[in-house]
Amino acid sequence: MKVVAAEDAAPAGRRHGRRGRLAWLLAVLALLAAAGGVSIGVGTREVSLPDILNGVQGRTDTLAEAVVAVRVPRTILAALAGGALGLAGAVMQGVTRNPLADPGILGVNAGAGLAVVIGIAWFGLTGTLAFVWTAILGAGLAAAFVYAVGSLGRGGATPLKLALAGAATSIAASSFTTAIVLPRGDIAGGVRSWQVGGVGGATYDAILPCLPFLLAGLSLSLASARGLNLLALGDEAAAGLGARVAWARAGAALGAVLLCGGTTAICGPIGFVGLVVPHLCRLLVGVDHRWLLPFAALTGAILLIAADILGRIVARPSEMDVGIVTAFVGAPVFVWIVRQRRVREL
Amino acid sequence: MTEAASLPLAARIAAGRRARTRSRRRIAGLLAAVLAAGGALTLMVGQSVTPAMDVMRVLAGQDVPGAGFTIRELRLPRAVLAVLAGMSFGLGGVVFQTMLRNPLASPDIIGISSGASAAAVVAIVVLGWSGAAVSGVAIIAGLVVAAAIYLLALKDGLSGARMILVGIGISAMLDSLIAYVLLGAPSWTLQDALRWLTGSTNGVTLDQAVPISCALLVFGGLLIGLRRNLDAMRLGDDAAAALGVRLTRDRALIVLSAVGLIAVATAVTGPIAFIAFLSGPIATAIAGPGRPALMPAALVGAMLVLVGDYAGQHLLPARVPVGVVTGAIGAPYLLYLIVRSHGQGGR
Repeated sequence: MKVVAAEDAAPAGRRHGRRGRLAWLLAVLALLAAAGGVSIGVGTREVSLPDILNGVQGRTDTLAEAVVAVRVPRTILAALAGGALGLAGAVMQGVTRNPLADPGILGVNAGAGLAVVIGIAWFGLTGTLAFVWTAILGAGLAAAFVYAVGSLGRGGATPLKLALAGAATSIAASSFTTAIVLPRGDIAGGVRSWQVGGVGGATYDAILPCLPFLLAGLSLSLASARGLNLLALGDEAAAGLGARVAWARAGAALGAVLLCGGTTAICGPIGFVGLVVPHLCRLLVGVDHRWLLPFAALTGAILLIAADILGRIVARPSEMDVGIVTAFVGAPVFVWIVRQRRVREL
Repeated sequence: MTEAASLPLAARIAAGRRARTRSRRRIAGLLAAVLAAGGALTLMVGQSVTPAMDVMRVLAGQDVPGAGFTIRELRLPRAVLAVLAGMSFGLGGVVFQTMLRNPLASPDIIGISSGASAAAVVAIVVLGWSGAAVSGVAIIAGLVVAAAIYLLALKDGLSGARMILVGIGISAMLDSLIAYVLLGAPSWTLQDALRWLTGSTNGVTLDQAVPISCALLVFGGLLIGLRRNLDAMRLGDDAAAALGVRLTRDRALIVLSAVGLIAVATAVTGPIAFIAFLSGPIATAIAGPGRPALMPAALVGAMLVLVGDYAGQHLLPARVPVGVVTGAIGAPYLLYLIVRSHGQGGR
């Protein structure tokens, strides 16, 4: 009964039959595999197929094999980060019922960055695990703050107010970050990684501690799919259909915060992935979150791997950080979404 | 009171207008005096205190051992550039806010400052230009970005909300362009990066004051001359046209002047965060409602940069550029405006 209601809420969902969605799923998986393969094979240095096979197995005898061995964790990190950000974006757009929600635009990434910098500068934090905890704390605080500011006043949380609150919070956070880092020559070198996100220096040692958080965020987010479908009907209707609105919203938001914090702790702030991916996926599979969320994760992974490849190709022999590529791809999409008169209601 | 009431209506209006003009002039004079006092203080008090007489003698061109270098090379350029840049930002900002009838539509929020800054960074770091060429490129880029934002926001009429959102997206893109150019630069320093991302007066020299002064004279003069038309535009396009404003020409001139002011100042100090956004509302709060407070806004902008720069240099535990200080002050005000806003549309 409730499932039917959720489908009714999304008439567009009917256009996307089960068969069509399965076909898209296969296509997306194939694309992900292809992107991963290209990411390992293509880069500043050209390598041959045997080198690639040896390098993937972990051999580092020749330079080419060593290059490939470095690209593997980088590709894995890009896939993880992209998937996490895409999923987080879809969840945030559902929770705030706001087509412009994105961890970067809403200032969540900036909050995570500020928290980590404070942790390093004032509390002497070291080690990825400590960074992840701090980043998640910062992301959570920033998300709660921006949402609170955006929903105060009459009219509730409109896209404009949330985006402005996010922009203001980002500027304030980066001001504080700068003020903390500037006098500390010992940590100022690391500030670069807090201005632009990248996946260049990925190692398994850095990825591993974040995995539990990403997994927890993933399960929480996927588990909230049904709740998000109900929330899409509006709070009253959702409550009438038996959803515990506050709990559904809090659970989903916690999942998104875990994903953003975990990602930002390794990669630094990467914007616009969470904005672009859900809109793309809604075109492919409709607005049912049970399909949308997994698709957002997969598509996000593809997008970030592709952006990373692009960054390696366009700036040869140097590299362009992936956070810059996503901003250039994402900002036009952002403007396009703003220009749509009827942004599809969430 | 009764005497005033018995006067003919026209005379009463004229008297009220004269009184308002007088009070405006008084306020502007007061602000200018405060600004002059602030400027004098920043010349006298720094790491060490220089007596006022010594400052006067240095400014008069005499050689004062111990103080000459500090004042002529360090304090004076900073103070002069802070005042000039602050005036440019304040004036440019209040013009945009008035014309678009929205305190959020200031050039630093809708991305015009980022456009000028990005162009300046590319010109300086990549092309190795300097001086007037940089200012020129910054003005052109500012105008292009302004036109792009305007056109992108134009759909079934112009909506302020859409313009602001488009501007947020565009400035995110331009900021990442700035970061990319700077991070890829061979001699990358944090100070350079900060200048172009948040604005700073570190390392300015007096000859950099020349382009800003010229811009203030030309564009500022133009804006002051057009302020009645700007005032009329607040009533809406139809009413303004009925009052004799040549909308297309005047609007183009006003946008050109405001963007020119912002861009030339940005090409020297970087986009000092939130000055354009803060000056107008503060000036209106001081000067009261009525005609757009152009001169007060310029003076308030100068004051904000001067004080922010001084605080960043001497009052805080660490030395930080002025943009960091004003960013930390301006963001809460922006949040306050959002909370107070009466939910007028998100699309």
